[in-house]
This record gives sequence, C-alpha cells and structure tokens, in this order.
Amino acid sequence: MTLLSSVTGRLTAAALLVTLAAPASAQETPQSGGVANVAIQPEPPGLMLPLVQNAPTQRVAGNIFEGLLRYDTDLEPMPQLADSWEISDDGLTYTFHLHPGVKWHDGEAFTAADVVFSADVFLRETNPRTRAILDHVESIEAPDDETVVFTLKQPFPAFIQAFEVGTMPMVPKHIYEGTDFYNNPANNHPIGTGPFEFAKWDRGSVIELDKNPDYYEDGKPYLDKIYWHVIPDAASRAAAYENGTLDIMPAGSVENFDIPRLSGMDGSCMTEQGNEFFNPFAMLWLNNREGPTADKRFRQAVMYAIDRDFAKNVLWNGLGKVPNGPFSSTLAAHDDDLEQYPYDPDKAEELLDEMGYDGKPVRLLPLPYGETWTRWGEAVRQNLEDVGINVETESSDVAGWNQKISDWDYDIAFTYLFQYGDPSLGIARTYISSNIAKGSPWNNVEGYENPKADELFAKAAVENDPEKRQAMYDEVQQILHDDVPLAWIMELAQPTIYRCNVHDLITTGIGLNDGFKNAWIEQQ
Amino acid sequence: MSFFRRFAQNRGALVGLIILALVVLLAVLAPFLYPDSPWRMVQRPFLAPGEMAGFPLGTDTMGRDVAAGLAHGAWVSLLIGLISTVVALAIGVPLGALAGYFGGKIDDALMRFTEFFQTIPNFALAIVLVAILQPSTTSIVAAIAIVSWPPVARLVRGEFLSLKHREYVEAARLVGQTHRDIILKQILPNTLSPVIVLASLMVATAILLESSLSFLGLGDPDTMSWGYMIGAARTVMRQAWWLSVIPGVAILLTVLALNLVGEGLDDALNPQLARQR
Repeated sequence: MTLLSSVTGRLTAAALLVTLAAPASAQETPQSGGVANVAIQPEPPGLMLPLVQNAPTQRVAGNIFEGLLRYDTDLEPMPQLADSWEISDDGLTYTFHLHPGVKWHDGEAFTAADVVFSADVFLRETNPRTRAILDHVESIEAPDDETVVFTLKQPFPAFIQAFEVGTMPMVPKHIYEGTDFYNNPANNHPIGTGPFEFAKWDRGSVIELDKNPDYYEDGKPYLDKIYWHVIPDAASRAAAYENGTLDIMPAGSVENFDIPRLSGMDGSCMTEQGNEFFNPFAMLWLNNREGPTADKRFRQAVMYAIDRDFAKNVLWNGLGKVPNGPFSSTLAAHDDDLEQYPYDPDKAEELLDEMGYDGKPVRLLPLPYGETWTRWGEAVRQNLEDVGINVETESSDVAGWNQKISDWDYDIAFTYLFQYGDPSLGIARTYISSNIAKGSPWNNVEGYENPKADELFAKAAVENDPEKRQAMYDEVQQILHDDVPLAWIMELAQPTIYRCNVHDLITTGIGLNDGFKNAWIEQQ
Repeated sequence: MSFFRRFAQNRGALVGLIILALVVLLAVLAPFLYPDSPWRMVQRPFLAPGEMAGFPLGTDTMGRDVAAGLAHGAWVSLLIGLISTVVALAIGVPLGALAGYFGGKIDDALMRFTEFFQTIPNFALAIVLVAILQPSTTSIVAAIAIVSWPPVARLVRGEFLSLKHREYVEAARLVGQTHRDIILKQILPNTLSPVIVLASLMVATAILLESSLSFLGLGDPDTMSWGYMIGAARTVMRQAWWLSVIPGVAILLTVLALNLVGEGLDDALNPQLARQR
C-alpha cells in the first residue's frame, strides 16, 4: 500500500478496491512466478509504441513503456512514473513529481530530462494526436531531475487525461536524441521503463517479454515471462485457449459467437473492465452534404429504424451498451437525461413521409473488420428496408473503406471511434466544422456544420469551471441529439476472457494496454 | 426411338431431371412461399431444424429463416448459372465458328486469343474480375461468362473443322450460298448437340463458381445465395453445423442433377456413341 499513501489525486481507496476485487479470488496475496500466454490479434506492425499506435502495438508495448499516469475505471488519474502532481488553481500549470530511482531497461537513469525530450521533441514529431494536445502547451521544463512543469497557454482541463502510456509514452533521451527517430536501430529492440523487457520476436509466431528484475515497484511484476502468440485464424485461437496453450484472450481475439462458449468453460473468467478509457463507439457516418441523408428528418428516421437492441443481443451477445446520444456513457460529461431514440419503425416511416422521401437508393458501406461487422451491415440494411428505404450495400477492403470515407464518397458508412476519456479529446473532433477536411477517415467526415456546436465545444474545452463546462456539454449533447449528424449505434464492449487463476489482470480503465504490472498467477 | 425414350434409358439422367425440376419449382415458387425478404430477421438465432414449427430448416446466426434463404437462393443460383452460360455461349460460339470455318490467319488469331484466357486459372481470374468490378450480380455473371467461354470456342471450332469439308457443305458452296448462310444454316445446326451437352455442364460449373465467390465474400452483398449462406455459416460450424450443411447439400444436389442431365442429353443426342447399358 505504499503506492496508495503517496497519491495526491482524487483517487479513493474504495475505487481501487472495487477494481481489484473484479475476479473473486480465493487468495489475496499475490504470488510471484509463472508465465502468461496471451493471444495477440493481429500481429503488431512494430513495438516502438511512441512511433506506432496500432491497437495490437499498444496492447503488447504497454508492458515495455510507461506514461506518467494511469487512470482507474472512473478515469481518475493514478500515479505511475509520476508519484504525485499538482494543478494550479488557474488551470495553467501542471507540476509532476517523478518516482525516484527509476531506470531504463539498459540501466541508465530515467530523469525529468527524458520527460521533456519525450513530450517536447519526440512525440511532437511522431504522434499527431499527442501533437494536437500539446498545442495547448506553452512550455515544458525540468527544474530538477525529479520535477517536470507543463505550462499551458490557456486552461485545458482535459490535459490531465493525456498522460496515459499510449498517448504520452516515455522515450529514452540518451538513445534517441539527435537521431533519425524512424530508423533508429533501437526501434527493433525497444527500451522502456516498464515492468517487462523486450526479449525476442519470432515474426508470425510469438513475441517474448521478460520480467524487468530492477523494476522500481517492490516485488513487481509477479510474472516471469509473457508470451504473445500470433495465431491469425479465429478457430485456431479458440482451440488454443480450450486446450490450455493460451491463458488470456484479449478483446477482439475471440469471435463474438464464441464468447459464451469460451467464457463458460470450467475455470474460465470474463471481464468487461479495462475498456473505460477508450470505450470504442460504433457509429454510422451519415453524409450531411448530399442525397437523402442531407435531410435531418431522414437521419432521425435512421435512428428510429435501426433495432440497436437486436444488434446488441444477437451480434454482440448482449455485451455493450445502446447509447442515448453522442457522448459515451463512461464519460463524466455524459448527459444521462438525454431522451433515448427507441426502435420505432412507424415513427421512422412517418418522418420519411413528412420529408417526401422518393425511394432514391442510399449506399451502405459496412466496416470490413470481419464477420460481426458484415452481419451488422446486413441487419442495418434490413432495418432500413423495413421502413421503406432502398439500400445498396457496397463491398470493400480496409484500404477501400478508408479511401471512400476520406473522399466523402458514401451515403451511410459504419465506423467506430475511441473516446480518450474526454469530449475535447475524443468527441469534438467528429462534430466541429474546423475538422472538415478530405483525406482522413477519422475527422468530421459527415460534414456537419453548426456554429453553435462549434462554439460550445471550443468554449467547453478551455473552461476551467466544471459546472459551467458541464452546462455547455449538456447543451451541445442536446443539439447533436436532435440534429443527428451521425447515428450512434453502440458502445462496444471489450470483453477479456482469461483463466480464473490469473488475478489482477486488469486494474485500470486502460485495461490490458496498461501492462501486466499487477497480474499474478495463483499456483495450484 | 424418340429423343425422350433415349434420354430416359439413362436412369441417372431421369433422376437428375426430377431433382432439377424440383429445384426449379422451388425457385419459381420462392416469392409465393416466402413473400418476405429472406434477409428479414424473424425468430431467435440458431434454431435447429425442426425445433420450432414454421421453421423446418431452423434459423441462421441472425435469426433469418434458412428455408426462405434456400428458396430465394435457388432462384439466384439458377438464374446466375443460366445467364452466365448464355453469355459464355454468345461469346464462344461465334468465335469458334469463325475460327473453324475460315481457318488460316483468322483461326490463328482467334485461337491465340482464346488460349490467352485458357492459360489463366479460371477461379483466380474470376476473383480478380469480381474484385475489380465490385461485387454485384452483373459483375459476377460477367466474370463467370468470361472465364467459361474458351472451351465453347474450342469445341465449336473443332466441330466446324470436321464439318466444313462434308459434301452438303460443298454442295451449299457450289450453289452459291454466302459464308453467313453456310455457317448459320448448314454447319451450326449440326454442331448443336455437343454444345447443348457442354452448356448443361457449364450451368453446373457456373453455380459452383458463384457459390465459391459468395463463400469468399465476393458475392453480391444484397443477394441471398447458397454460397453466401455457407460462407456466413462457416465460422459457426461447431455451434450450428446445419447452417453450412443444408445449403451445401442443395448445391451438391443441383450440380449433380445438372451433370446427370448432361450425361443423359449426351446419350440421347449422340445415339451412336451411347454406351451399352
């Protein structure tokens, strides 16, 4: 509990206990030793997390690299490389006190200079999302080896959410300074401060991580080794879990229809925790520029026509949540009182009649991410046809899907987006008109323009008073809810299936991506 | 002996004809038996065959009626099989006829062109074509026709080569008939029997090709076909084997029936070649 005592954030012991108690464990004291065999799907393109942000990279490299903070399942900050931190009352100065005596995997000392280098030099160059956040930052300084001060240009309350390992991983200055970041030989053997060190990578087969024997938190990590197994075929992965080759199946490595079977096996546990920070939000882009989808009544009709509970129960095995509006329910700014769009085909038909929909076919572009998404496209098409909308389904591969959405060449298209813990980080980007630009499938591709919404998002992001900020976010949620710039279809669940003798696997809102620092295996 | 008597002498062909008739009947009656879209989600998913009255073949992963899918899929499979065969014949017969009749440089040119298509594996070419053209019923018919016309051209050319020096052709030429009349009225009718037999087998191949494309996810996404049903059910093989097996058996029976009928036609149209039974 030495960790807890040093926390100055708003972390409560109760929250931690709830998190830790997730799997009912017979034994409370962690045991050292043991090896974790984990599925990784698909194989990551690289493990140098500060350069590569793909989901599988984050999942593996979260063990090697660390950020200054972690976040619990309520998205409250927790200490990691920073033991404690202070935010000035005007919201402009963020001071972090680093954990003393931290070493890089190669034995060099980790200091405040590394933090300044990582944020101010390395990530500004390599990570566009971090760069956008750092645009709010005036200066980053290291008054001594264990203190870092971020000074902001204006208050930006979401800034405290930006220190997670995927957003701001720490990079060793002594290895990267003055080199070509993308071609540094160390990229093949990443050096971090994390609880596990990179050992070996047999491409197409297995990634091996070893325990960091000099880790700065006493006794941690508990595991000796982590093996990440690359098994591209879903049925083979399921079989590998059944026969005991694999112990942990992260979200996305098990087909939805297999979840009940695998999680129902003897000694098999499942949790939906560890999803709170990203909370992938499935949506339908509706092209606001042209065709029937340009009419607000048509877009509302789509919301009424789609049977989202059916998709949740049948396609996602009851996991996930039907959203009531543009903000996901795990965000603090989420408005619970927003009126839900029910499944109401009659209402949808009424709206279509009112606008005088002439039967002009609309194109539907499903997400080419596998079985479930294809089936989902079929279900949505049927829902729309049931209320009299003519639908033509288009097929494409991932590259074609990216291309069509980036070029705005679609009528209705599936997608899902991460929330990143705060509306100004994960949500505003989808609705503000300054974010309309061809060439990216992740910005305001629906072409929604509403000066009022723009203003509210802009003001809320830099409003330091939580109540005023919430009032603005409530207002913008109501506006978006009524305008339906796009259809909100599901907050996706990210179930992790694992053997019940693995304890404390997921202890934060970032889930497996936060590393296996606390995980331990109960010996038989 | 009449044509049908000769055909019926081949018992297999008779069985094939009966199965084929049933499939055609199913396809024609589909809109009346299941007036709703086969994509409609009507019951809870994964109902086994016979588990619930009204769903004799059960429901699929999304609660869609398998029987409705099978009926509507029959229509799609037969239609794609027939149309693509007609298109392939429309390409292959004229090319083969011209090459065989005129010979020489025309023959060389046309046959090299045909060989160009024959050297590329059928299925690979079909996949590439559908992928480039975007999957739709039209592009699938086009792709199947494009990969299946070369054998027709070669067969017709062979027939023309052997028939063009027959006495009745010489006679037609002596009385001054035009090339066009000789090709269309004298030789072509005499090449029809082998072409008909080949066509019946081509329909079977086309159905298989369409199913394979749909299985790989390259089918028309708005069309319920047997191949799609198998492809969508493949991953749930362990939970619900019947979802793959039922449309699989349907494909097997239809293709088998077409082959049997083709063999019967062969016997009936070429009595001198018919095997002794």
